[in-house]
Amino acid sequence: MKVAILRFPGTNCEFDTQYAFEKLGHTCELVWHEETALPEGIDLVVVPGGFSYGDYLRSGSIARFSPIMQAVKIYAEKGGKVLGICNGFQILTEAGLLPGALKRNENLHFISKHQTLCVVSNDNAFLNQCSKGEVLNIPIAHADGNYYIDEAGLKKLEENGQILLRYCDEKGNWLNVNGSVSYIAGICNETKNVFGLMPHPERALESILGSQDGIKMLKGFEA
Amino acid sequence: MKAIVNVFLKEGVLDPQGKAVHHALASLNFNDVKDVRIGKQIILELTANDKTRAEAEVKEMCETLLANTVIEDYSIEIA
Repeated sequence: MKVAILRFPGTNCEFDTQYAFEKLGHTCELVWHEETALPEGIDLVVVPGGFSYGDYLRSGSIARFSPIMQAVKIYAEKGGKVLGICNGFQILTEAGLLPGALKRNENLHFISKHQTLCVVSNDNAFLNQCSKGEVLNIPIAHADGNYYIDEAGLKKLEENGQILLRYCDEKGNWLNVNGSVSYIAGICNETKNVFGLMPHPERALESILGSQDGIKMLKGFEA
Repeated sequence: MKAIVNVFLKEGVLDPQGKAVHHALASLNFNDVKDVRIGKQIILELTANDKTRAEAEVKEMCETLLANTVIEDYSIEIA
């Protein structure tokens, strides 16, 4: 698999993401935000975490206008697979590639810790290696992870199986971590080719660092 | 010409910062506060002289970049 990983000024998870996909045996290419085209023959675009443009105005609000994002939009419209992690999720919502928006955490803190997540939908190109209801241990690190969508939008997400992950306790009971509507930690678009989540699967690859649950998440794209 | 844009979270969208400040005010014994909403003010210096045109342009700026209309409302004042 060939993976394109975007870099904006302020991105800081691009090398972790590259490490993760290379560990799984894939080739990665880092793509600077000023590029107008994605590399040829790619299977996946990852918008990694960080603080693109210093999170000025709103997280992800400026990155979405960069030249490379126009190419990503076209790629996604043609059915290409796109994964946004943390700041990448924020960028994809700001770009309108994913519904809803991410607000400041309810408790106003930057939350950085290991967090258990419950797999809600697995009939998609991302979480197909995970089972429904499975509890995963994945780090989170964000200040603006409070997912918001209006009631009509939430209903649509539920009906189409677009809710991928919810925050939960170790037993799988849903848990309010940052104020997110319906405990949502990750979603996909209607056509299930654009994915976004606040937790960092690329930081959960080795049990010595607390968890390797990220592997089976990222492996999903191989199928 | 100057445009003053105010951006606030929509009514019904919980404002965590407003809530925290409300609590802080209450703990300082300011008990007459019913609600606190926190937003941002963006001041634009414009080269345009035509007020109507400026207003239309700033509205477009709000819709495109300055506000995220999924969660935020905005108001424009041309001075």
